Amino acid sequence: MMNRINQKLHEEGKLLSIYFTAGYPKLKDTVSIIKNLERAGVDMIEIGLPFSDPLADGPTIQQSSTKALKNGMTTEVLFSQLKDIRKSVNIPLLIMGYFNPIIQYGVEEFCNKCFEMGIDGLIIPDLPVDVYHEKYQTIFKKYNLVNIFLITPQTSVERIRFIDSISNGFIYMVSSAGTTGARDSFGESQKDYFKKIAKMDLRSPQIIGFGISNKKTFQSVIQYAKGAIIGSAFVKFLNKNSIGDIKNFINSIR
Amino acid sequence: MKNFYHADKNGYYGKFGGAFVPEMLYSNVEELRLKYLKVIQEDSFQKEFNQLLKDYVGRPSPLYFAKRLSKKYQTKIYLKREDLNHTGAHKINNTIGQILMAKRLGKKRIIAETGAGQHGVATATVCALMGMQCVVFMGEIDIARQAPNVARMKMLGATVIPAISGSKTLKDATNEAIRDWINNPEDTFYIIGSVVGPHPYPDMVARFQSVISEEMKKQLKEKEGTENPNYIIACVGGGSNAAGAFYHYLDNEKVKLIAVEAAGKGINSGKSAATSLLGLDGVIHGSRTLLMQTKDGQITEPYSISAGLDYPGVGPQHAHLFKSGRADFLNATDDEAMQAGLELCKLEGIIPAIESAHALAALDKMEFKKDDIIVVNLSGRGDKDLNIYINYFNY
Ligand SMILES: Cc1ncc(COP(=O)(O)O)c(C=O)c1O
Repeated sequence: MMNRINQKLHEEGKLLSIYFTAGYPKLKDTVSIIKNLERAGVDMIEIGLPFSDPLADGPTIQQSSTKALKNGMTTEVLFSQLKDIRKSVNIPLLIMGYFNPIIQYGVEEFCNKCFEMGIDGLIIPDLPVDVYHEKYQTIFKKYNLVNIFLITPQTSVERIRFIDSISNGFIYMVSSAGTTGARDSFGESQKDYFKKIAKMDLRSPQIIGFGISNKKTFQSVIQYAKGAIIGSAFVKFLNKNSIGDIKNFINSIR
Repeated sequence: MKNFYHADKNGYYGKFGGAFVPEMLYSNVEELRLKYLKVIQEDSFQKEFNQLLKDYVGRPSPLYFAKRLSKKYQTKIYLKREDLNHTGAHKINNTIGQILMAKRLGKKRIIAETGAGQHGVATATVCALMGMQCVVFMGEIDIARQAPNVARMKMLGATVIPAISGSKTLKDATNEAIRDWINNPEDTFYIIGSVVGPHPYPDMVARFQSVISEEMKKQLKEKEGTENPNYIIACVGGGSNAAGAFYHYLDNEKVKLIAVEAAGKGINSGKSAATSLLGLDGVIHGSRTLLMQTKDGQITEPYSISAGLDYPGVGPQHAHLFKSGRADFLNATDDEAMQAGLELCKLEGIIPAIESAHALAALDKMEFKKDDIIVVNLSGRGDKDLNIYINYFNY
């Protein structure tokens, strides 16, 4: 069976993917956030498994993670919440989390659970490409999971080619040197970087993330890539608004 | 096969080590990985490093025969006097090395994390020495607990930024430093304070600290006619003073290596920092190692009366020394360390750092022969800890 992420990447049009932290604002919000996002027309969802020490994240996601953990979110709790998710949700779902909680769960066991629940991919920022390639690739493949790699403006051309060669979903293009966090606009140097990557003609489609916060930033990046990911801005929205209003947020983006 | 205790080319010590960094840090860490050995081996680097260790730090640090302490334990105890270094601890050996590295890589801005402030002070010191911009991240709680060191860093020209995330202590200060590095990928060099973090840091820091055991060999040869002690005892927070004291003896299995961790209020009290005993295999700050965590992999906050020892991880080399049995890992409670610290004051006229007092506390837990040679690495002096001593003993 073709992975849902790849099906989605084959469709026409630009994709909007949304990140949120599981267990935030309330422990039991996970499923209803996912359903509301799908209903609002989002193409793909990244479910954040919160970690005590999220070192690639800016203040917004740090705070949502701390709160989610305080609320009682754990790997087990998340898995029990997502147990029946495929009875009602069809769009691709990814889990984004740091490597340490996955090691504790057991990498293979974690992948197996993801497969059983119908999770399509993982984004693990602190699992290095080479370690994945040497040690974990076969496990991910066994459970039909796509592992998403990041590239940044500092990633060399050879390394991008290598990442592209072992990638089997999209490439997560980090918009600028920095941790996650909403930004207001993108400058020339970022646009040059987007253009440079677009010209490389990679096998894997690229989705741009980090700093996309509104219609303006969304529109300005999707000309260069297959889609964009919004994280911190959505987490901030959830802090102030009810889940029922998610459609307003999504409508304001596209 | 012969055991191997140093880093392999990918920075692994057995199963521990490596560089588990997000892609945003890859190019920085990779640049350092590709260049660090070559730079360290350059004559001009060695010359400048050794000159500064001699004239600025005051090395070699004495190897002092502690006569009255030896009498008490019925054996021969030497103290490696890292407490006599400029800024009062072994930390400066590493910061001198790393600032020279930063300069050679053309970096303009230095960042560091600090817990108690010792590494922050040592970093601010070398930045002043080299005229480089210095930013130190320190947990908000530690800033309140360690006011004199905060003032020292400021006097030395550093900017101290409070880490307000997570538990607001050392691990969070380290997270903040890493985030700053992610946000400043071009001009910034991260001076890590111990043998922790992604490869090549653990190996690089161990090399800079290895001057401790290099000197020990010469000094023992002079005093005892042999380079080899029976035991080397050192405290372990992240593990840098121990790594330096063990370095040149790792392959000589006749020399027993004793690492002493902080047991805080007791191993089973829930308030402890004995990482090797209580930690599980995982990833912290870019390194695969043992770390204190919940069963679902959230990093927990350790505790010790000594701020320099309450780090939830331990360097990957130490995790390997522990698992392979090459080093014995003991631990000392707050009370045992405080008593051992006071004992050194009374017997030898030396007020040790409370970190180092943990190493001294191991003496009471071990059995020695009369002509055994023991070296305790006295990693730092106790000036910074006076308030804690005063409150504890009601002076
Ligand atoms: C005097 C002293 N000893 C030991 C340590 C612990 O660090 P490490 O285990 O890296 O030597 C510290 C840390 O601040 C220290 O200040």
